[in-house]
Amino acid sequence: MEVLWTFVKAFVVGGLICVIGEILILTTKLTSARILVLFVVSGVVLTALGLYKPVVDFAGAGATVPLTGFGYSLAMGAFEAVNENGLIGAFYGGVTNTAAGITAAVLFGLLNALLFKPHAKP
Amino acid sequence: MSQRDNRKVVEYQKLVSQMTPNSRMLQGCVRAFWVGGLICCLGQAITMLGESLNLTIATTPMFTSSVLIFLGTTLTGIGVYDRIGKYAGAGSIVPITGFANSIAAPAIEFRREGLVMGVGAKLFQLAGPVLVYGISSSVVVGIFYWMIRKWIV
Repeated sequence: MEVLWTFVKAFVVGGLICVIGEILILTTKLTSARILVLFVVSGVVLTALGLYKPVVDFAGAGATVPLTGFGYSLAMGAFEAVNENGLIGAFYGGVTNTAAGITAAVLFGLLNALLFKPHAKP
Repeated sequence: MSQRDNRKVVEYQKLVSQMTPNSRMLQGCVRAFWVGGLICCLGQAITMLGESLNLTIATTPMFTSSVLIFLGTTLTGIGVYDRIGKYAGAGSIVPITGFANSIAAPAIEFRREGLVMGVGAKLFQLAGPVLVYGISSSVVVGIFYWMIRKWIV
């Protein structure tokens, strides 16, 4: 039962974050690149203000899977590294925490470009 | 019809005219909600799988995002993710699979321009701005955090 509740929370919160994106796209005509940038930077800023960690604690993957969660990882990495090693931590912490994701994206993106041919847009 | 029923009909028509221009908005939001929510549930399932594989608190999120990114790029490669995107809009852009799609799609599309300036450069066509502003803002808040710890706390 508790597992089900975890999934419900992830579904609702993750869905709502996507709805915010959809409303922004439909009302402001922002391109998807701008949406991506906006969400990551918002994630960083909200985490810095201490507003995003409670959402992550509540919703789990519902908050970490959207791109605001990528910003959360960047900011949390920077804070943890500053705690450990001072000012230099601000420069390596964010990327260290997200290195696996960035590397996976680059590697799998490259492999896909080598393996697959362009598709006609649906 | 009584006066009261009549008023109800008028109110209903008013409601209809209020809702109609927003139906596209409503439809878009419903689609974004359930597809985005479902991708997050998939992420939750992968996180639980990672925990059962004895990954640590630090590495489980890395595992989750790597698997989701793998799924996002592969679905882009076989042409499925564009279809999901056409249906779900932001529901497919906002999750991290959308970030994976933004890397894989231009890389595949510009392959004919060569491996270096085609695939290699276009890989970062959309991801580049995300990384530039994401990483820069994390450094800025990190420096602020360091200053607050040093001089205020």
